[in-house]
Amino acid sequence: MTAFLEYLVHGLSLGAVYALIALGFVIIFKSTEVVNFAHASLLLAGGYIAVRAQESVGFWAALLAGVAGAATLGALLEWAVIRRYRGADHSVLAIVTIGIDIVLLTELARRIGPDILTYDDPWGDALVTVGSVTVPQTRVAAFVTAALLIGLFLAAFRWTSWGVAMRAAAENRETAALMGIRLGRVSSSAWAVAGALAAVAALFLSVFPTSGLDRATGEVALAAFPAAIIGGLDSTTGALVGGLTVGVTEALTTGYAAELDFLGNGFGHIAPYVVMVLVLLARPAGLFGTRELSRV
Amino acid sequence: MSERLTSRLGWLLGGVVLLAMPFYLERFWLQAGVFAMAAAIGAIGLNLLTGSAGQLSLAHAFFLAVGAYGYCVFAGDSGSATGLTGWGLPPVLAAVLAVALAGAVGGLFSPIAGRVRGPYLGIATLALIFIGQHVLLNAHDLTGGFNGRAVPPLSVFGFAFDDSATVVAGVPFRSMEKLWYLGLALLAAGALFARGVLRGRPGRAINAIRDHQTAAGVIGIPVARTRGAIFVLSSMYAGLAGVLLALAFQHAVPGYFGIVLSLEYLAMIVIGGLGTVSGAVIGAAFVTLIPQVLTKYSESLPLVSAPGTGGVAPGEASRYLYGAAVVAAVLFLPGGLARLPVPRWARKGARDKAPAPTSRNMEVST
Repeated sequence: MTAFLEYLVHGLSLGAVYALIALGFVIIFKSTEVVNFAHASLLLAGGYIAVRAQESVGFWAALLAGVAGAATLGALLEWAVIRRYRGADHSVLAIVTIGIDIVLLTELARRIGPDILTYDDPWGDALVTVGSVTVPQTRVAAFVTAALLIGLFLAAFRWTSWGVAMRAAAENRETAALMGIRLGRVSSSAWAVAGALAAVAALFLSVFPTSGLDRATGEVALAAFPAAIIGGLDSTTGALVGGLTVGVTEALTTGYAAELDFLGNGFGHIAPYVVMVLVLLARPAGLFGTRELSRV
Repeated sequence: MSERLTSRLGWLLGGVVLLAMPFYLERFWLQAGVFAMAAAIGAIGLNLLTGSAGQLSLAHAFFLAVGAYGYCVFAGDSGSATGLTGWGLPPVLAAVLAVALAGAVGGLFSPIAGRVRGPYLGIATLALIFIGQHVLLNAHDLTGGFNGRAVPPLSVFGFAFDDSATVVAGVPFRSMEKLWYLGLALLAAGALFARGVLRGRPGRAINAIRDHQTAAGVIGIPVARTRGAIFVLSSMYAGLAGVLLALAFQHAVPGYFGIVLSLEYLAMIVIGGLGTVSGAVIGAAFVTLIPQVLTKYSESLPLVSAPGTGGVAPGEASRYLYGAAVVAAVLFLPGGLARLPVPRWARKGARDKAPAPTSRNMEVST
C-alpha cells in the first residue's frame, strides 16, 4: 500500500509536468491550428540554456534565462516560419514543424554530445516523509510549481484581455480579426507561452530521481503528445487530464515493473502510448476534444 | 509530340545509365544506390498515404522493421544454433510473406488510421514507433535484441544474391551488383503500380478525401475504409522497402528503425514533392545520398569535419540540410509540393484558368 501511494504521488507529479508540456502544445494548436512536432526540441532548448547559464549566474537566474530563452525561441519560430506560410491548409504546417524539429534536435544533440548535464537545484536528492510515504522533494516541487503555473495560465486565459483574444482567435480567426484582435500577436504569444512552460517542464524532467538533462530528454518529453491526444487536442482541460493519466500510468507501470515483467523490459516508457491507442479506439477525438460531426 | 518523344528518350537514356552502373561503380556507391532504391520504394508508399491521402504517418520506420524482421524470421535458419527463431522458408516466399505481414499489421491499425485525420494521425502513429521499438528490443528470439540478427541472403531459383562472384563481361558480380538490379526491378514495379493506383479510381477517391472528406462521403466514397486501405498499401510498400534494406545491410539492428528514420522518410516526400511518384523517388535519392556524399568527401568540404573531431559531422550536416529543405519546400516551393497544400493564391489562379484539379477529379468519379 505504501509503495502504491508512493507510485501514485510520483505519477501525479510527473503527470503535472506532462500537463505543462501538453498545455503548451494545446495552446499552440488552438491559436494557430498547428500540430507542433518541434515541441520536444523546444523543451530541450529551454533546458539546455538553463543548464549552461547556471555556471555563471546561479540556478534561479539561469532558470529564468532558460524560460525566457525558450519563450523567445518559440516566438521567433512563429515569426520566422509559421507566419510565412500563407496557405489555407494549416495541417501542412505540422510537416514544417517536423523540419524545424530535425534541425533543432540535431544542433542540440551536437552541443550536448554524450554528456549528462545536471542542474544545481536547491532540492538535490532530499526526501519528504509524510506518514509512511517518502517522496523526493523535487517531486513535490514539480507538482506545486506545475499546479501554480497551470492555475495562473487558466486564470489568465479566462479573465485577462489576452485570454479573451486567445479564445476568440481559437473560436473563429476571421471574426476575431474583424473585431480588431491582432492574430499575429495572439499566435506569437501562444508560442512564447508554450516555450516558457516547456522550459519549466525541462527542469523537472531532469532533476532527481532522473540523472540529468541529456540528448534523450526530448524523447522523454514526447510522452506529452499522447497526453494531449488522450485529452483531446483542442481542450485545455483535456491536456490536464491527459497529462495526469499519462504520468500516473507511467509511474505505476514502472513501479510494478517486476510484476509486469512478461510485457518486456522498460514497458513503463511505452505505457502512455498504449493508453493513447486504447483511447483513440474508443474515442477518435480524445476524451474532451470537439468531435467532428459530418453526417452523410 | 516532340515533347513526348524527348521525355521517352530521357527515360530510355536514364534506364540505360542505371543498368550500366554496376559495371563501373565501386561497392560503396552501389550500396548507397541500393539504399536509395529501397528508400524510394518506402517513400512511394508514404507518399500515397501522406501526399495523396493527406494522412500524416510517423510509423513508417516501424513497418520497414516489420518487413525486415519478417523476412529474417521467415527465411532464417530453422536450426537452433543461434537461438533465434527461423522458419527456413524459401527466401522468395519469405519476402512475399514479409510484405504481406507488414500489410496485415497495418490492417490491425486501420481502425485508428481510418478514423483519425491528418496531423492528428501523426501523433497516433508515434505509438507504433515506440511500441515497435519496445517489441524489437524485447523479442530476442525473433529480432536478436539490441544487437540484431543476420539477414539470410535472397536466392531466386538457385541464383543467390550473396557475395559469391558471378563474372559478367569481365566484372565480378557480388551481392551489391546483384541487389542493384533487384532494387531497380522492384522500384520500377512499385513506381508503376503506385502510378496506376493514383491515376485510377482509388487515386481519385483518396485525393477527394484529402481535399474534402464530407464531399467525398457524399459522392459515395467510403471514407474510413478507403483511408484504412491506403494505410495498408503504404505499410506494404514499407515492408518491401524493409526487406530490400535488410538485404543490403546484411544485418538488421533494431536501433536503426527509430523515429529518426520515420522523419527521414517524411523529409524525402516533402522535399521531392507530395503526392507524386517521381517526387518520392527524387526525395529518397536526395535524403539518402547526401550523407554518403558528405561522408565520402568530408575532408575536402568546408564546414564539415570527420565524426568525433568536434566540428559538424557529415551525418549532422546532412540533417541540417534536409531539415531546412523541408521547411523551405513547404514555405517557398509549393510547386514542388505537388498538390496537398495548394496555397490560396495558387488556387485562385488555377480557378481563373481552368477548373481546379480537385473538383474535376470529383466530377469524374461521380
